[in-house]
Order: sequence, then structure tokens, then C-alpha cells
Amino acid sequence: MLTYIVHVIIENKPNISDPEGDTILNDLVLKGNNSSVKKIRAGKILKFTVEASDKKKAEKIVEKICQELRIFNPLVSKVVIEAKTN
Amino acid sequence: MLAVFQNKNMVMCTNFICEIISRIVKVGVIVFPGSNCDRDMFHVLTDVFHLNAQYFWHEKGLPHDIDAVVLPGGFSYGDRLRAGVIAANSPIIDDVKKLANKGIPILGVCNGFQILVESNLLPGVLLKNDSLNFMCQWTNLIVKNNKTPFTNKLQLNQKIPIPIANGEGRYYADAQLMHDLKNNNQIVFTYQNYVNGSVQQIAGLCNEDGNVVGMMPHPERAAEGVINPIDNIPSSLIFESLIHTIGVKN
Repeated sequence: MLTYIVHVIIENKPNISDPEGDTILNDLVLKGNNSSVKKIRAGKILKFTVEASDKKKAEKIVEKICQELRIFNPLVSKVVIEAKTN
Repeated sequence: MLAVFQNKNMVMCTNFICEIISRIVKVGVIVFPGSNCDRDMFHVLTDVFHLNAQYFWHEKGLPHDIDAVVLPGGFSYGDRLRAGVIAANSPIIDDVKKLANKGIPILGVCNGFQILVESNLLPGVLLKNDSLNFMCQWTNLIVKNNKTPFTNKLQLNQKIPIPIANGEGRYYADAQLMHDLKNNNQIVFTYQNYVNGSVQQIAGLCNEDGNVVGMMPHPERAAEGVINPIDNIPSSLIFESLIHTIGVKN
């Protein structure tokens, strides 16, 4: 068994507005003359430390937990789940 | 009998002079998008302590001859990213920094404290309360530094009954910073009892020069008898200290 750190990155789907990201863009980043920045999306990251036989299995375990416990809301959230070797 | 009469006249005269001085000096109350304690602060400064207060919108500048500045509580920019961080990048903060360097008294209350911390006018950081709850309750503060422009009328270790109302009020400083804060006498207020997990129960602190003070509790909600069921005198002394400071200066 190996230990993996599985990252769960949750953000709103592209069609769901993200007032936090918009505020950070408009009231902080763009006011600092960083006009090359076009968009900011705010999100949340959870890091699961998981024991599994391989990377794929570690991701599967976390994906199942996220879905069963509704860690993200499938209606509005976009989620990326990726395992990294510890 | 005559002596008593003369003394009374003297007191009346002194009160009158104090009143005149407090009308001349100018206190700025900064308004950010989402400030919501600005009016309470303005009311206390003007109606209760008869100071000449003025609102300043965060996109404007501050006059160079201002005598004191208050950053009121609220939820500037909806606490997005981190409480206070976006307001800390407002144009007016450049002027606040200049005034702070000149030694002008600056007070940040609640969100104002968070803004002072995020703009590096005060050291450390304010994290979410350890309960993760928005906490709205009466607490007791203990005065730990009575040399600042906002505490010079208070006694050392004096108790101040005062309300808190915040979600991100847990002060954190690492060991090195705590060492410096103690050495420089920068801890101004601590909570009497455990409240939210603040390191060493810190509720308020000042910069090295002592003229910039930040505090999480709300003195503007405790300085009048009608809204303070416990004792409004200690909180009113925070404002009396300011009057003492800028009155003396003028």
C-alpha cells in the first residue's frame, strides 16, 4: 500500500456566477494595472491523504466519497480530482 | 463660598474650551463598500463626544491636516478572498499610511482592524474563529497598554465590558512576532477569558510607534449607557483618550 495525496478542487461551473472571483479580479487585480488577466475563478481545495494500491484507485476512493457525501454540489460545482504521490 | 463659585466657573470655562477644541479637530471615518458600522462610529464621535467627524469614501484622499482616522467595522467587499484584503488595496490606504507615519492616531475596529493588518500597518493576521462561527456576544477586555492615543485615559489592567461581532477575529502571530509584540509593548487589549482561540487572548494591538491601534471589539457599541447594560464608562474612555490626545496636540 502506498500513500497518495488526492487533491479535490471545487469551483463553480462556467455558467454559474462566481462573485468572489469577480471581486478579486475587478477590485484587486485589475486595479493593480494587471490588464493581461482576463478572468479569476475562486474555488476550494481539499487534500485527502489516502492509502491505496495505485494512483487510479486512490482517485476512485476519493471520487466515491465526494459523490456519496456530496462534498461538491453536482448541480453547480465543477470538480477536479487528482492524486499525487506522497 | 466665592471660591466654590469661582471653581465652578473655572470648570464651566474648561468644559467650554474643551468643547471648542473638540469641534475644531477633525476625525475622518473611512467608508468602504460594505462598511456597516460607519454610522454608529460617526454618531458616537459627533453626538456623544462632540467631535467634528467626517466621512471619507475609500476612493477619495484624506486631508493632510486631519487629526485622527477611524476605519469602522463591517464587511468590506463581502469579506471576499480574506476579510480586509481588498479594502487594504483601496486608494485611501496610501493616505492612511502617510498619516500613520506622521504619528496621527488611527483606530481600526473589527473589519477596520482586519484592513490595518492586511495593509501591513499592523503585524500578524486575523483568522477564522476557532469555532468557525460568527461570534456576536459581550466580552471583557483587559487593558495591557495605556500609553496609546486610544487608551491613555484607561488604567492598566482595567476591565472593559464590550461586544464582539466577527467571524474572522482569531489573532495569530508566530513565536518571533509574539516576542517582538511583547518587547515593544504592542499588545493593547486581551480578552479576560477564552473567546475565539486568539494567540495569548489578543483582542487589540498597536504598531511600534503606538499611534495605530486595531481592536476586534466595538467600542462604538458600548460607549453609551443606553446601549451598554453593564458599564459604558470604560469604552467611553477610549474616545476620551482620543480627545485628550488630539486636544493636547492642538
